[in-house]
Amino acid sequence: MIRFEEVTKVYRGTARPALNGVSLEILSGEFVFLVGASGSGKSTFLRLVLKEEKPTSGSIHVLGQDLGAISSRKVPYFRRNLGVVFQDFRLLPNKTVFANVAFTLQVIGKSKGFIHEAVPDALRTVGLEGKEGRFPHELSGGEQQRVAIARALVNKPAIMLADEPTGNLDPATSAGIMTLLERINANGTTVIMATHDAGIVDRLQRRVIEVIGGRIVRDERGGGYQTQANPILSQNFGMPGSGAPAGATTVGSSTAGEPR
Amino acid sequence: MRLGLVLSEVGQGLRRNLSMVVSVVLVTFISLTFVGAAMLLQMQITEMKSYWFDRAQVAVYLCTEFATIGGCEQQAATPEQIAQVEAQLESATLAPFIDTYYFETQEEAYANFQDQFAGTAAAELVSPEFLPPAFWVDLVDVDQSQILVDALGGLAGVESIEDERAYLDGVFDMLNASSITAVGIAALMLVAAVLLIATTIRLSAFSRRRELGIMRLVGASNRFIQTPFILEGVVAALIGSALAGVAIIAIVEFFVQGYLTEALPLTSLVGLDEALLVAPVLLVAGALLAAVSANVAITRYLRV
Repeated sequence: MIRFEEVTKVYRGTARPALNGVSLEILSGEFVFLVGASGSGKSTFLRLVLKEEKPTSGSIHVLGQDLGAISSRKVPYFRRNLGVVFQDFRLLPNKTVFANVAFTLQVIGKSKGFIHEAVPDALRTVGLEGKEGRFPHELSGGEQQRVAIARALVNKPAIMLADEPTGNLDPATSAGIMTLLERINANGTTVIMATHDAGIVDRLQRRVIEVIGGRIVRDERGGGYQTQANPILSQNFGMPGSGAPAGATTVGSSTAGEPR
Repeated sequence: MRLGLVLSEVGQGLRRNLSMVVSVVLVTFISLTFVGAAMLLQMQITEMKSYWFDRAQVAVYLCTEFATIGGCEQQAATPEQIAQVEAQLESATLAPFIDTYYFETQEEAYANFQDQFAGTAAAELVSPEFLPPAFWVDLVDVDQSQILVDALGGLAGVESIEDERAYLDGVFDMLNASSITAVGIAALMLVAAVLLIATTIRLSAFSRRRELGIMRLVGASNRFIQTPFILEGVVAALIGSALAGVAIIAIVEFFVQGYLTEALPLTSLVGLDEALLVAPVLLVAGALLAAVSANVAITRYLRV
């Protein structure tokens, strides 16, 4: 589904790579948490999957396609297979809930008939039926995020990328969003979620990929937010070129590439 | 692609950016009016050239009692000298180059002069003896007037040989200069128009960056994203070029046909036909210009 091979990304004008020699594989139907400090490379990872950025070296395969081989004209068509949710919702303030979700389908040229079936369906999935005519500013944060999820979901993507979707929400609302994401995952959509929310990660016990300083330091199934309690170790990983000390992490115990 | 959606986006963009759109309209209007004026001037020059060059003659002026230049010594050309010039014109060397010629006596020259300058002070001052008799020569090839100058220049009784085209060249040089000036101004204004269109489109894209970001995220095709912006530029430019077309037609109708034809009754001037030819060219030029610059401006937002 998603395969990274020795992927390194160095942004122009910076010496330190945002991602440094990352290899991993995420299988169809997995629910993956991407954890790590701000600036550790989580967002870069998501941007690379979306082909918003090109890797400096290494190759990325998503949904059986080599991203390096997709021409920029074909990128939009590739993205139709992905749904994306952000911390700040990114709704259009002048459009109603219905119009926000329908916008996705309109701009990829779906017919009116299709839109009028798919949008209420997506809104029902996220639990927002009856609020189609509201505007984003009339909704709570949790409801706004549900609209964003409905928008990501409405085109039935194979992969859902979520960049700290609960970052702006209180714990109770976050729990509701997570229940929703779990249900989406249960329906067969691969979910990759970058997060800082230790409580959520610990509770769900899914695959956890921890990134520090652009390197994967842990890839653990059924893991929690933080298995390495040693802050000095984290600092070492944060230093460029420090490399991973042998046996310091649970990398060896990971079962990357193997279905759950 | 859904036409209604694209058009409503275009309408929104135009309304949101109204002041910029108005400036685009004005700049394209002015610049294309200059382009149109330059085109009309060129057409005028071509028309006058074909009209006048066909009629341009070479005048072989003969001596009068008052002439001191050329082969004259304040003596009017004698009938023998006139006959000699005529013999030269008929000779085997010159005849092949000459289409027709005729002799104009002083009285005929006076009558023509009175016709041409009727009612002016000059007509009252001039008397027949001041006007030289002349041979008016139509050449087979209007470019070969130098042959006549070489052959007849030294003859006794010949005052001077003048190619009427020399006067016309001056007029055409002037018209050419003004048309080049118009083209120059038009070029500068067009550069301004292109930059302004690009800026307007960037502004429009910036004000819609949320929508653009989401469109790119959910996989709207580049063409779908581009089209409203390009159309926005094209619509603004089309309004400007339509105004320019109307201005050109109005100039021809009211200034050239209404005023200049009366002021210059002997000149054939450009008419509505030419103006109606220029106007669509301006429309197409305006639309193309806008499409290209808007396309370049928006491409930046589509880079992956």
